[in-house]
Amino acid sequence: MSGPRRLREREKLIFERSSVGRIGYQLPALEVPAVDPAKTLPAATLRGEIEGLPEVSEVDVVRHFTRLSRWNYSVDEGLYPLGSCTMKYNPRLNEELARLPGLAGIHPLQPEDQVQGALALLWQLEHALVEITGLARVTLQPAAGAHGELAGMLMIRRALEDRGARPRTVLIPDSAHGTNPASAVFAGFDIVEVASTAQGTLDLEALGRHLAGGDVAALMITVPNTLGVFEPEIVRAAAMLHERGAFLYMDGANLNAFVGVALPGRMGVDALHINLHKTFSTPHGGGGPGAGPVAVSEALVPYLPVPIVERTGERYTLSTGRPKSIGKVRGFYGNFGMLVRALAYIRSLGRDGLRAMAEGAVLNANYLRKGLEQHYHLAYDGPSLHEVVFDDTLQAASGVKNIDIAKRLLDYGFHPPTMSFPLIVHGALMIEPTESEGVEELDAFIAAMREIAREAKETPDLVKGAPYSTPVRRLDEVRAARQPVLRWVPKRP
Amino acid sequence: MELPKDLLYSRTHEWVRLSGNEATVGITSFAQEQLGDIVFVELPGAGKQVGKGEQLGNIESVKAVSELFAPVAGEVLAANDALQDHPELVNQDPFGEGWLVRLKVAPRAAEGLLDAAGYEKFVAEEGGH
Amino acid sequence: MHRYLAGEADRRHMLAAVGVKSVDELFATVPADVRVGQLDLPRGRSEEEVRREFIAYAIRNSALDCFASFLGAGVYRHLAPSVVDSLLQRGEFFTAYTPYQPEVSQGTLQAIFEFQTFVCQLTEMEVANASLYDGATAVVEAVLMAHRVLPDRPRVVVAGALHPEYRAVLDTYGAPMRLEITTVPWGPDGRIAHQRLAQAIGPDVCAVVVQSPNFLGPIEDLGPIAEAARKAGALAVQVVAEATSLGLLVPGGRFGFDVVCGELQAFGLPAAFGGPHLGFYATRQAYLRQLPGRLVGETVDADGQRGFVLTLSTREQHIRRGKATSNICTNHGLMALAATIVLSLLGKRGVREIALASHTTAEYLKAALRGGSGRAALAFPDAPTYNEFLLRHDDPDALLTRLKDEGILAGVATTHLGGGWPKGILVAATETNTLEECDRLLAALGRLA
Repeated sequence: MSGPRRLREREKLIFERSSVGRIGYQLPALEVPAVDPAKTLPAATLRGEIEGLPEVSEVDVVRHFTRLSRWNYSVDEGLYPLGSCTMKYNPRLNEELARLPGLAGIHPLQPEDQVQGALALLWQLEHALVEITGLARVTLQPAAGAHGELAGMLMIRRALEDRGARPRTVLIPDSAHGTNPASAVFAGFDIVEVASTAQGTLDLEALGRHLAGGDVAALMITVPNTLGVFEPEIVRAAAMLHERGAFLYMDGANLNAFVGVALPGRMGVDALHINLHKTFSTPHGGGGPGAGPVAVSEALVPYLPVPIVERTGERYTLSTGRPKSIGKVRGFYGNFGMLVRALAYIRSLGRDGLRAMAEGAVLNANYLRKGLEQHYHLAYDGPSLHEVVFDDTLQAASGVKNIDIAKRLLDYGFHPPTMSFPLIVHGALMIEPTESEGVEELDAFIAAMREIAREAKETPDLVKGAPYSTPVRRLDEVRAARQPVLRWVPKRP
Repeated sequence: MELPKDLLYSRTHEWVRLSGNEATVGITSFAQEQLGDIVFVELPGAGKQVGKGEQLGNIESVKAVSELFAPVAGEVLAANDALQDHPELVNQDPFGEGWLVRLKVAPRAAEGLLDAAGYEKFVAEEGGH
Repeated sequence: MHRYLAGEADRRHMLAAVGVKSVDELFATVPADVRVGQLDLPRGRSEEEVRREFIAYAIRNSALDCFASFLGAGVYRHLAPSVVDSLLQRGEFFTAYTPYQPEVSQGTLQAIFEFQTFVCQLTEMEVANASLYDGATAVVEAVLMAHRVLPDRPRVVVAGALHPEYRAVLDTYGAPMRLEITTVPWGPDGRIAHQRLAQAIGPDVCAVVVQSPNFLGPIEDLGPIAEAARKAGALAVQVVAEATSLGLLVPGGRFGFDVVCGELQAFGLPAAFGGPHLGFYATRQAYLRQLPGRLVGETVDADGQRGFVLTLSTREQHIRRGKATSNICTNHGLMALAATIVLSLLGKRGVREIALASHTTAEYLKAALRGGSGRAALAFPDAPTYNEFLLRHDDPDALLTRLKDEGILAGVATTHLGGGWPKGILVAATETNTLEECDRLLAALGRLA
């Protein structure tokens, strides 16, 4: 899977590769007259040499990062079945288009008439997402899904204040991702956890009881839920909330399951964040950047962050005069580079391709479910959409946990599924293949998982000691937390 | 299960050693096992007043944070500073060197707590949750 | 059929295995009343067609490379080494996920560890995180952290010359957290008025936030600011919008600031119409557990070999949920990698050289403009600046239009940045501005200003 161990032993930190006098750059010749900074800057301000910065050549840098890259598993290499992350193929065309000088080389504060193309692109993306969600308008500002959640909750808060109401509580199912309660708290709300039904879905009766209490601002819900099951009562839940003047927030992490099949706008959703780095193929980049646009219903349109793009005829403007707006949630207009990629993806797939994407995602997940349900325990057996959640119950008999199964999968050349989430499933293995995969990759994964199930029964210690063939063996996370070493320090003589 | 008989126990898996009007508090062997390797312990400073069942601090493993609750009401006299550099003491010796705080308590503070047998029964019924 | 999806034979094989006739059966749980027939979007297009559409967008923009550009105001055009994109486009880097499985993510993890080290070196702070979204949200995180450390202090003192985008975001986040913000304006020399700052700070203040170099260009005197905050028991926060300034200017770490944070875009990241950019955040070891964002730490594997992992994750929302230090989920990993590559290429000499070249170029312009030029004049002729300065003018938009017609993007007008800014143009110079471009700008100003 990755390079041989011997390469790793030689790859130090860039600082450890340093050699006096090496340089990796050349600046343009400075033709303006030289200046003595000791004369132009106050003495206390002028910095000397920075300790510890490396001295390496361009060759060193290329070698160093090329070698580092080879220690990474990636979607380009194979299946990455992380539930809730939607690790689909990242099209190369998108990379090329985002790098066009006319798109990468423009400044956010250039006058509007100098960036009409950029504004047109934003307008097109917004309207494509409006069509895909069935909602009224979309803010493209948030930099990530969690960031979108915060923006959505801030809009809901402002809308309630506008009506003279100040309910303090946001309801969140116990199956929700941790960003949901975190975002609600940062938006100034208290959280009340709502237990799921025995099927792992929203408990309408519980919802009714909480609403009767009268202090509810919103319900945050993921559809399909984090078990990959469509919430059957979503329309009723929305009606119950709206009757009480409360809002419905939808976490769009699982949107890949129903693009082109269903519309959140018809479910009664008031705000929905979309993870462009999940559903719309923008690359994960080892942890970011992403983009988390938020689509809203008419009720929340006045509160959208500023600015938004408006069109009059062929002319685009950045509209800032929106007195009820929550303001800005980040600098400038959004992660424009990722927005470019997402629109290119939407154009490449088109109306039929987007639906086929969702269909493929759901079919692939069900194929994996069929292939594994005799070997792993299904925590909840409702119908799966784009992801399926197993757990380690059957393997626990021999002391093998989900983390051991995950580490052993690395030896088979696969990235493991998401583990230990959702919280309502103990020892979870959340598997989401996405639509990018064909039969042979899925069959290879099924075969590996079956083999591990057999190993767990017959040779559990083998599984517990995994991985063996990765660039590093299992890493000591306890030590990293107990004795944090978070940077390199130059050795003193 | 290792359960010193001279201690009292709470349903949130803390133990109490009473000595006059002082109570030493820690978490049980069962609790530290559930948490896994402990990496950090957040404890209150001396002088803090806590009611019975109120949050006293936090105990962190690599993947989880567990709240620590006061099994008895009282005023914090001292926290176990050794845990700053050696949080693993809670795993290694939960009833001894891994103690967490010492409180000044009122005479009947420990009423309602379980004895060793009671705690053992409670854990068995909970199903190892 | 589509080139990003599996094929017909795949589909048939899987339908048979699952035991359904068509995929529609798998959507049985989706109620009819939420369904859509067909999306009203164009049909799927070939690469050539998509490329044509996007080139059409691109050519309707005035790309910086086609002009002599002196734009700054938080987004700066510096060097763009070819090595960066070449490495970034390795699939192992850009198509990898967050490194939650460290055994197969050592590339990403080691690069972030190096990034954290670079940030500590540049800021002279003890610990840095794996990056944030941008400078604006970095400022917010600093204020939120200060409020967590000092929960009984609801007030924040902020310099008036803080980037307006950063301030706007702080205002948005501050409202639900019920933070009260006191603004201390700049004085006649363009720097924060120290007397007024000292008066504004009280025992109810959790953070003192000052940008340096500030939005209008002048470099603040950081020592007294840190001292004033320290005396009141508040956290001192330095915000940096032009990160290359750290190559020439002493950072807040040396003056005892508690947080140095801001924007790293200047180190070779594309302007990209405002994003994705790269927030950075550095603070004291003492605040380690209050730190927002991801952290990479060093450890060993089962064979005793050095390796890296995400650590202290219990601060984060996926574990601590409602009590997390931040709701941030991503870092800007790929941008952090880009900056790490650039900083590696520049190294010890380059970080200083790029700063000196940028400063020198700006000083050349300032020297020529010292006597004024037409209706334009330096707003703060006596204040020390790094590479950016405010040129006062009563009609900056009209002036900029005329200059653009001559192929010069002379700067950012202060007229559209919200109220309160002196009317004029923020002019920034970097090592990419040649002598010829500078002379062209000066000559044009002479004629048109």
